[in-house]
Amino acid sequence: MILDHRASPTLGSDRSSSLDGLSRRRFVQAGAAAGGGLMLSLNLPFAHGAAEAAEAAGFAPNAFIRIDVDGQIVLTMPYVEMGQGTYTSIPMLIAEELEVDLKQVQLEHAPPNEKLYGNPLLGGIQATGNSNAIRASWQPLRQAGATARTMLVSAAAKRWNVDPASCHAQSGEVRHAPTGRRTKYGELAADAARMPVPDNVALKRPEDFKLIGTPAKRLDTPAKVNGTAVYGIDVRPPGVKIATLAQSPVFGGRVKRVDDSAAKAIKGVRQIVRLDDAVAVVADHMGAAKKGLAGLKIEWDDGPHAKLNTDDIVGELEQATLNPGAVAQNIGNVEQAMAGAVTKVDATYQVPFLAHATMEPMNCTVHVRRDGCEVWVGNQVLARAQVAAAKTAGLPLEKVVVHNHLIGGGFGRRLEVDGITRAVEIAKHVDGPVKVVWTREEDIQHDMYRPCFFDRLFAGLDEKGKPVAWNHRFAGSSIIARWAPPLFNNGVDPDTTEGAIDLVYALPNMHVEYLRVEPRGIPTAFWRSVGPSHNVFVTESFMDELAAAAKQDAVAYRLALLEKAPRAKAVLALAAEKAGWGQPSPERVGRGVSVQFVFATYMAQVAEVEVSKDGAVRVRRVVCAVDCGTVVNPDTVQAQIQSAINFGITAALHGEITLKDGRVQQANFDTYQMLRINEAPAIEVHIVQSREPPGGMGEAGTSAIVPAVTNAIFAATGKRLRKLPIDTSALKQPA
Amino acid sequence: MTYAIKVNKNTHSVDVDGDTPLLWVLRDVLGMTGTKFGCGMALCGACTVHVDGVATRSCITPIDSIGTSEITTIEGIGATAAGAKIQKAWLDREVVQCGYCQSGQIMSASALLASNPHPTDADIDDAMSGNICRCGTYVRIREALKQAAQSTGQGG
Repeated sequence: MILDHRASPTLGSDRSSSLDGLSRRRFVQAGAAAGGGLMLSLNLPFAHGAAEAAEAAGFAPNAFIRIDVDGQIVLTMPYVEMGQGTYTSIPMLIAEELEVDLKQVQLEHAPPNEKLYGNPLLGGIQATGNSNAIRASWQPLRQAGATARTMLVSAAAKRWNVDPASCHAQSGEVRHAPTGRRTKYGELAADAARMPVPDNVALKRPEDFKLIGTPAKRLDTPAKVNGTAVYGIDVRPPGVKIATLAQSPVFGGRVKRVDDSAAKAIKGVRQIVRLDDAVAVVADHMGAAKKGLAGLKIEWDDGPHAKLNTDDIVGELEQATLNPGAVAQNIGNVEQAMAGAVTKVDATYQVPFLAHATMEPMNCTVHVRRDGCEVWVGNQVLARAQVAAAKTAGLPLEKVVVHNHLIGGGFGRRLEVDGITRAVEIAKHVDGPVKVVWTREEDIQHDMYRPCFFDRLFAGLDEKGKPVAWNHRFAGSSIIARWAPPLFNNGVDPDTTEGAIDLVYALPNMHVEYLRVEPRGIPTAFWRSVGPSHNVFVTESFMDELAAAAKQDAVAYRLALLEKAPRAKAVLALAAEKAGWGQPSPERVGRGVSVQFVFATYMAQVAEVEVSKDGAVRVRRVVCAVDCGTVVNPDTVQAQIQSAINFGITAALHGEITLKDGRVQQANFDTYQMLRINEAPAIEVHIVQSREPPGGMGEAGTSAIVPAVTNAIFAATGKRLRKLPIDTSALKQPA
Repeated sequence: MTYAIKVNKNTHSVDVDGDTPLLWVLRDVLGMTGTKFGCGMALCGACTVHVDGVATRSCITPIDSIGTSEITTIEGIGATAAGAKIQKAWLDREVVQCGYCQSGQIMSASALLASNPHPTDADIDDAMSGNICRCGTYVRIREALKQAAQSTGQGG
């Protein structure tokens, strides 16, 4: 979802302009730190001109940089690490301007406090998501680093009684070249805290960057290869018990009866906790808890969704798209343009529910005491975690302490707090700390799922095959409407529609409508690349259909529509060239292409896919060209794209959650399959050099790969796939 | 019942049911949390340890099947030649993202390298396809394994 720009794709450089009109003094303040160092408080401004409102409300810092007298630089940052490399790339921004080694910047987790640490690109919610940590921090953190550097230089110049302009900062010191004097930052920090905050600081020119744009080793890697990294599931407060649970197999169901006599007799089982809609077994270790769970005889009241099947939900969505929806975008006049079209193309598309299946199963450790509550968890929304725990425990917010930990895979799952609420419900019945660990089956069957969608499209082409009209109407869940209601307006939201509106192409007449239809009996949530994971599959497949209807090459057809989008055109041309587009390929091997602008990043991918005679699909090679503006850590950009591509292929080939009689039918990695190393393609990433502001990187690769794969299958077999996951039985070669 | 098991050269005594999976003895009883829980059915490889040098899914390995075998976990693998090379290659190649599956990946990779110093792509597929990485770090896992194998060829 893009919340921070309204500019056309060709005007990407306008995107960070919201900062330009804001005086620096207003979002950086300085003072003495405890212990005598320099403390900089930053106010990361809100997007969309809300900066003015924030200013009017007075200075409210939401990030902090401290330079201690021993020279240690500490950044308190609101983003959590879940594999995306943010613990490395964010400190790079400060280290660059401060002229220090990356290793000198130490990170501290921000405690839950939405007022302080709200994410400016997520409406002030303290969240790590939406591929926007770098986008939100790019300007303010460099400004803060430069401000600190300027104050340190001023302090040194005053001490030496020289012109500040004759001093410079280098390697954590201020130096005066004419006399050879040098002083470490730590020794200057206290003096610097008394210097005035400069109104204007000069940011380094890109050609002078030492860290930004150079591959940096990730700071969190060593602990992750020797087993010492502590994820939420690894915490062990003294005396902790382990619990696992069975939740109502049908969403909305209740526990009717429990026979726990066999479970209680198992060695190591300490306690059975019965809740309205779940039963937990508390034990000395997970082995005993799981054995106890297997020994429970639970009778469920399945509730209102007892007969619900996925087909019912899809049918409701399909039906909904027969009626008009909220207008997400309108350009020109589609109806009029259709009347004059020479060729007409129409299609329906469908994507399924998807589970997150993070490798670290859902877990949360809680100690509820009479006068307080302590929570240990890895979560993307810390302030909400605290609120959920306080509410469930019946305690005031300030009595709840939340310790955040490394996250063993987020992908949107840990933007929710259902697991925290559940753990506190259980912990209220337990004397001492309890770690609630979900089995993989519970994790998959009680996820909050990427919604399924149903789409109808039609388009009209002129005599040359050019699209003169494009109409797209789709129905499905709006996660934003539940998760951040103020961002849901006039029946649409910026996530659900991303990738369906503001297409990179010049389409003179375009109309997009969305119908919010919340599915019964199954909760929905963000899932890596969210809106675009659905929309880019649909729009880039349909664009491929138009090229085929016009009997034109899929790349050439797109390029002709990108005259006004030079950055999109450049990535498409680059990906096609590097992939050897147009070169002959063997029988039943095809290349497919996609191009997109989502998360403020331009990306094109070419997938080379082989379809065997029995219909099995193998993605052999993927070439990705990306223009994500200025690159902070190129190695992370490459890693995130490799990751996102495999995540998208997993969904395209295997991903589908279905309901039968209200129950999720998939349970573990045998029935909900993940891509494995033997199925993973070779991946090439080509990064376009750019000085535009950075775009998001964590998710874009996931949405782009899916249509590239299905378009490649079309090229290989002539079969157009309009429904995910890929149905290999439809791809069998006729005998 | 009480079992004596040898983990990373140290002997521990644990009092659990004989059918308790080794995974939970390591994590919850001995507090060695480097070995991870992913599926409980030997489908994902996150829990991989070595039992007498053989890559083994600890989530389905009952404690009463261990006997006097030597168990090696991620906490101890760096002390083996193959394990040290794999860990170094994982760092050099920046394999890791969320990192949760990587203990298991490293245990499978070091067992492969110890038994087959020059694995082919097919050997890597065979040995590593039981380990799921949801972050999809497979490109780099393959590169890192090859780098570690090369360093083996050069005598370390």
